[in-house]
Amino acid sequence: MPPLDWQLGVVTSLRDETASVKTLTLALPQWMPHRAGQHYDVRLVAPDGYQAQRSYSVASGPERVGEIELTVERLEDGEVSTYLTDQVVVGDQVEVRGPIGGYFVWEVGMGGPLFLVAGGSGVVPLMAMLRHRAAASSHIPTRLLYSIPAPGSILYRQELDALQSAQNDLEVFYTFTRTSPPGWRGYARRIDRSMLAEVTRPLGPTFLTYVCGPTLMVEATATALVELGLAPAHVRTERFGPTGKEHSP
Amino acid sequence: MARDYVSRGFVGKRRAPSLANRVPPGQYLTPDFPVLSAGPTPRTPLERWSFSIEGLVREPARWNWAEFLKLPTQSFVVDIHCVTKWSKLDTRWEGVSLDTLFEHVDLDPKALFLTASSDGGYTTNMPLAEVVDGQAFIAHTYDGQPLAAEHGGPARLVVPHLYFWKSAKWVRGLRLTEADVPGFWESLGYNNHGDPWKEERYSG
Repeated sequence: MPPLDWQLGVVTSLRDETASVKTLTLALPQWMPHRAGQHYDVRLVAPDGYQAQRSYSVASGPERVGEIELTVERLEDGEVSTYLTDQVVVGDQVEVRGPIGGYFVWEVGMGGPLFLVAGGSGVVPLMAMLRHRAAASSHIPTRLLYSIPAPGSILYRQELDALQSAQNDLEVFYTFTRTSPPGWRGYARRIDRSMLAEVTRPLGPTFLTYVCGPTLMVEATATALVELGLAPAHVRTERFGPTGKEHSP
Repeated sequence: MARDYVSRGFVGKRRAPSLANRVPPGQYLTPDFPVLSAGPTPRTPLERWSFSIEGLVREPARWNWAEFLKLPTQSFVVDIHCVTKWSKLDTRWEGVSLDTLFEHVDLDPKALFLTASSDGGYTTNMPLAEVVDGQAFIAHTYDGQPLAAEHGGPARLVVPHLYFWKSAKWVRGLRLTEADVPGFWESLGYNNHGDPWKEERYSG
């Protein structure tokens, strides 16, 4: 494994995903292709040398040569996320190292069918998998079940709609846990076993599953999938707690 | 690299100076107890639970749950540090010191390393010298309560001076070896040793 050195990325664009979530594009001098699902560490340094580090999933696919996108949710009590979402402007330098993580990853070569389950900003590493899948023109049967409190919390909505209208065996299911859109006929509750059974039925008896979201949602989802008969080795999880984004291990 | 780098406008949230020497570089303090694992939480019924020590020992040892609870229990108050950057101070555990467990086996002098293995297939490796003399224990109680499954219950290894992925949840046994055998995360890009004070997070 090559050494993971810190490098100074340059912010080349900023995009608001929702009111509290922003995507930063970083051009990297020592870019290397990541595996979809991996993350980078971000290190901030104050003038007196004080440092803070956090991990952020790469949102872009590895086909984006020379740059990565990090999607950052602003946490009210956050130290790094507030800086990245409030203060950073195009042209700023941000120190990063990565890509990191060798388990919560998916590549087209791993096959499928593929079942992705996201809670809130847990969709970010899964989006990298979908972007990688699209760039590879893969038709591996894939379903994304995406739990959010309200319509305004959906990340990448337009892109997800475009990806799934491409008739390439990708379907996206939303479930709204607090507020549904007017006239909504889809799911409007927390993810549970019957929802998982319905959404995965067309995938057949076994499939690769990646679950990323808040701890309780990941626990409930992974437990229910095993109860439904899926082998634990086919369920890969990544969680974040109440204080912010965490990563495996 | 980049020693002159300063994040423009970054001030940060400083911790109280009295705690600064308890928080390793790159870590932040959390009052929560985040849950991290690579897959579903295994739930082995206690009547089927056992703990074993095998490998380079004269006679392997094995305890069932009732036997394990009869072993001398100690209280531990330790700081823990997760490679995902959170640290938690003064966590309170009860469990069995590895020193106690090793009194029940005759360690082969050739044993230099061990691999802890868990329900669900997780493994992690460390030098034997770093888990003796009060440095590690098998915890079955956290904060006065039976250790919850999502935190590794019924029992987990706790090795506070290494990053917390070394503190294998759902631990079921230790295998003593002469050679060092990388475990799960140690084979997936994480550091083989994992000392938080040296920031040994990743391989390379």
